[in-house]
Amino acid sequence: MPQQKTKRIKTTVTVNGETREVEIEVPDIEAAWGDPQNMRRLGKRIPRVEGADKVTGRAKYTYDIQLPGMLYGKILRSPYPHARIRSIDASQAEKLPGVKAVITDLTREVKYVGEEVAAVAAVSEQVARDALKLIKVEYEPLPFVVTPETAREPSAPRVHGGQNVSGGNPRERGDVDSAFRRSDVVVHEATYSVPARSHCCLEPHGLVCQWQGDKLIAWASTQGIFSVRDELAGALGIPASNVRVICEHMGGGFGSKFGARAEGVICARLAKVAGAPVKLMLEREEEQLATGYGPGVTAKVKIAATRDGQLIAWESESYGSGGVGGGSGIPLPYIYPVPNVRTRHYDVATNIGASAALRAPGHPQASFIMESAMDDLAHKLGMDPLEFRLKNDPNPVRQAEYRLGAERIGWHRRNRVAGQAPGVVKRGLGVASAVWGGGGGAGSRPTVRIDPDGSVEVRLGTQDLGTGTRTYVAAIVAEELGLDVRQVKALIGDTDYGYSGASGGSTTTASVAPAVKMAAMAARERLVAMVSQHLQVNPADIVLADGKVTARGSSEKSLTWKQACALLGKEGIEVQGEWNANLQGSGVAGCQFAEVEVDTETGKVRVVKIVAIQDCGLVLNRLAVESQIYGGVTQGLAMALFEQRLFDEQTGRMLNANLEEYKLPGSLDMPDIEAIVYDNPTGKVSGMGEPPVIPTAAAIGNAVFNAIGKRIHSLPITPAKVLEALGKV
Amino acid sequence: MKAFAYHQPKTVADAVRLLSQRGTMAIAGGQDILGAMKDGLFEPEHLVNLKSLPGLGDIKETSTGLQIGALVTLSDIAEHPVIRRDYTALAEAAEAVATLQIRNVGTIGGNLCQRPRCWYFRDPHVHCLKKGGDQCYAVRGDNRYHAIISPGPCYIVHPSDCAPALVALGAKVTIVGAKGTRTVALKEFFQMPDKNLKGENVLQPGEVVTQITVPRPKAGTRSTYLKVREKDSFDWALVSAAVVLQMQGEVCRAASVVLGGVAPVPYESPSAAKVLVGKPITVQAATAAGKAAVGQATPLEHNAYKVPLAEAVVKRAVLAAAGVR
Repeated sequence: MPQQKTKRIKTTVTVNGETREVEIEVPDIEAAWGDPQNMRRLGKRIPRVEGADKVTGRAKYTYDIQLPGMLYGKILRSPYPHARIRSIDASQAEKLPGVKAVITDLTREVKYVGEEVAAVAAVSEQVARDALKLIKVEYEPLPFVVTPETAREPSAPRVHGGQNVSGGNPRERGDVDSAFRRSDVVVHEATYSVPARSHCCLEPHGLVCQWQGDKLIAWASTQGIFSVRDELAGALGIPASNVRVICEHMGGGFGSKFGARAEGVICARLAKVAGAPVKLMLEREEEQLATGYGPGVTAKVKIAATRDGQLIAWESESYGSGGVGGGSGIPLPYIYPVPNVRTRHYDVATNIGASAALRAPGHPQASFIMESAMDDLAHKLGMDPLEFRLKNDPNPVRQAEYRLGAERIGWHRRNRVAGQAPGVVKRGLGVASAVWGGGGGAGSRPTVRIDPDGSVEVRLGTQDLGTGTRTYVAAIVAEELGLDVRQVKALIGDTDYGYSGASGGSTTTASVAPAVKMAAMAARERLVAMVSQHLQVNPADIVLADGKVTARGSSEKSLTWKQACALLGKEGIEVQGEWNANLQGSGVAGCQFAEVEVDTETGKVRVVKIVAIQDCGLVLNRLAVESQIYGGVTQGLAMALFEQRLFDEQTGRMLNANLEEYKLPGSLDMPDIEAIVYDNPTGKVSGMGEPPVIPTAAAIGNAVFNAIGKRIHSLPITPAKVLEALGKV
Repeated sequence: MKAFAYHQPKTVADAVRLLSQRGTMAIAGGQDILGAMKDGLFEPEHLVNLKSLPGLGDIKETSTGLQIGALVTLSDIAEHPVIRRDYTALAEAAEAVATLQIRNVGTIGGNLCQRPRCWYFRDPHVHCLKKGGDQCYAVRGDNRYHAIISPGPCYIVHPSDCAPALVALGAKVTIVGAKGTRTVALKEFFQMPDKNLKGENVLQPGEVVTQITVPRPKAGTRSTYLKVREKDSFDWALVSAAVVLQMQGEVCRAASVVLGGVAPVPYESPSAAKVLVGKPITVQAATAAGKAAVGQATPLEHNAYKVPLAEAVVKRAVLAAAGVR
């Protein structure tokens, strides 16, 4: 057997939301998407195949699952930020009519408000809530600390017993100290910070669990049906093959829905104890307290460039907090190459639930810190911020995107000197950039099936976390077979459909699409073999297009799709595909421009327009890519102006564990968004779900600086901070 | 939400009798109390539905002014052509409340009687001064949204948008209780925490607001309500101002300036009004009124920004009411 040809490639892997770039060896099998010009469906604006179901309510989310005899699970959570549990008495709860299961063995010490203490399943949500109130827990409150600033103080209560502050190993390259001392450089120093932000998934976390003997079926709102399966199997001590996880539709994850998590294991246990299916969906307050968040970061920064604007040195000391667990690292310096670098990052433990990956983990934070410093330095250099970036960003895609974006926003209208806009309401423009991997990995094994009646099905155990996975899975097969997208049934969101990875790190498309393409090509090859024999023509001359199978050059030799499939015999065609590294690529680029109005009397910032440009290599569905850009910009605007998790140092409780004082933008707060999909002729697909959220807040912050000539060093940019920066407070 | 008995009285007298019982609360549009009950902040044994009372859902125009039933929705007020024209501040205030969905069911009576949004008060696990505890957590805590003018010991801000407008327009409320009916000027209806710590108004147990009466504005009266909030979709006022000016030609003959978001009650500033009366409305005069309005402010640690903000809001409201650009 000849040795398989291999090659080494760089790609991104994501484990529980932590994304990193790795170099791997992959089989080198020739395959190509072909010329986008010749594509009938891919690259066009393809409406979501499940769109009508979603807007009419036919689509069934986990929240909508109703099973006969189903019970409702509720979790009792700690009201204290830190406490020892002396005793739990659930006898009254157990006696309440309608209560079918009670669990009290979850923990003996709680370390944050909202940590799981006990759980019940009952015949209704109301009875379950009443039962929680009847569980008597005797707590011994312990010292706590909920803000990173206080947690860093030597006298602060210890979250885990050891030091609250960890990490801080310097990462260094070049000669930083000499670079800063050079006589031909301009140095800027400042501190920038970004608060912790919640995911705010529209559909909360939760599951419905049903046991059938020793087998478990779990409907879960998740980004990883297989990671939920593995976590449930591990926690319950049953074989993974005994667990089936289903997620047909889900209402957002953003990095917070990878595993079964505490509520998943509790739900399965309650169902086991009760001997009945249990639905356990979290409430908004629980979402805020116990399902993760993107960590906040504060960075003290020193940056230098030569007088002609070449970045030369960077030094930063940053502190992030992932609460009782979870990392808070950020990539600094970000995007722009700097030859001399020293960074130190510290993780600070606090009595707050653990952080989780949040759409481009660490990148929006790094972007705000880096891009703010870039503009402040450009200001000191007397340089146009865009010119400064063009000079320091070697990425050819972003170079083109900067020029395109500058034209679309009207960059010439910026204030040449920041703050010199006339009037009470001042306009300003800003720019910032994004970088991401977006490569995929092996593992997905889709099945394409063509039945003799002409029906086509593609099955794969991936999931659509709202990004449009189901649609391109169908569209790739449709393109290959010359069919309408609606003629292909895409079955996803069920572990019974065969393995695929979790959806995180924007790795799904580059992992799934190549495998589906390979499966579709294999199916096509089988069909063509059959038809060419029947028509007595060369297989190379068979054309599949517009629902017909035709022999090139002889139009009389043509079959309808159904006629062709009838040749397949009873067994039809059923083939699998494997990931092919040659169909995907890693490394996508984007940039955004913001136009704002700042009311210098009220301090209020109104974002007028965002021009957002993003590449993702070969575009599969232009409409879905635009949707991702709109979503990213919306979340980025929320980060810029509104979002922050607030904790009270007196009580240790979250002050805004809701969506009232945890502020998200509504329609009246949204600007005009121009989403531009940059066609980068790589011929390979890459993911792009995350990068559009990265630069928005930084671009808005820079536009505010351009408008008023004052830097708001911390997000969100509230009227209070603007008035203070203007010296009015 | 804790289970409760639900009552649907057919007369105000029945409602009052029911509401006089312990553990009883009233519900109309339900936009405040339902949330508070779900959060476990209030756990009434009995809930009395005021929506079943006849005759409280109409806006009547009389020769002396407006009679607005307590059950009139905020949407009805915002869209009412006469209110928009002659009582502009009230229409603009009603329109500034929350969202259209909430305005469609929220009532004017509920808007005036709603409880404060203070995050310490709203957290059922925090036993604050207002709930019978021993401290106001806002004093040393996160008080960015709290009062800049309060005699203490509590630092809530009154959350109503309509209240400042109605106070500025000189409205009165009709209150029915076990002892009969009384009418109170709206500015006397609201109480500072040094007078009434646990509540925000003069309502006694069993009493309900049934009607709001707004006197017909004198000729030449113009009014406006201006609200600044962090986000424009569904947010509470950081600071708001209702301004009513009675103009005679260029000269202001009478003025009323009432602020929201700065004090535990709709905060009327006679000194701001005094600056305006007897003069033409100019940018200078409006600016001086803004300064006068919050001259007495004593901000907490995190809300000093409300002082310049209030100055700007009052200035702009005065200019807008007068039609000066």
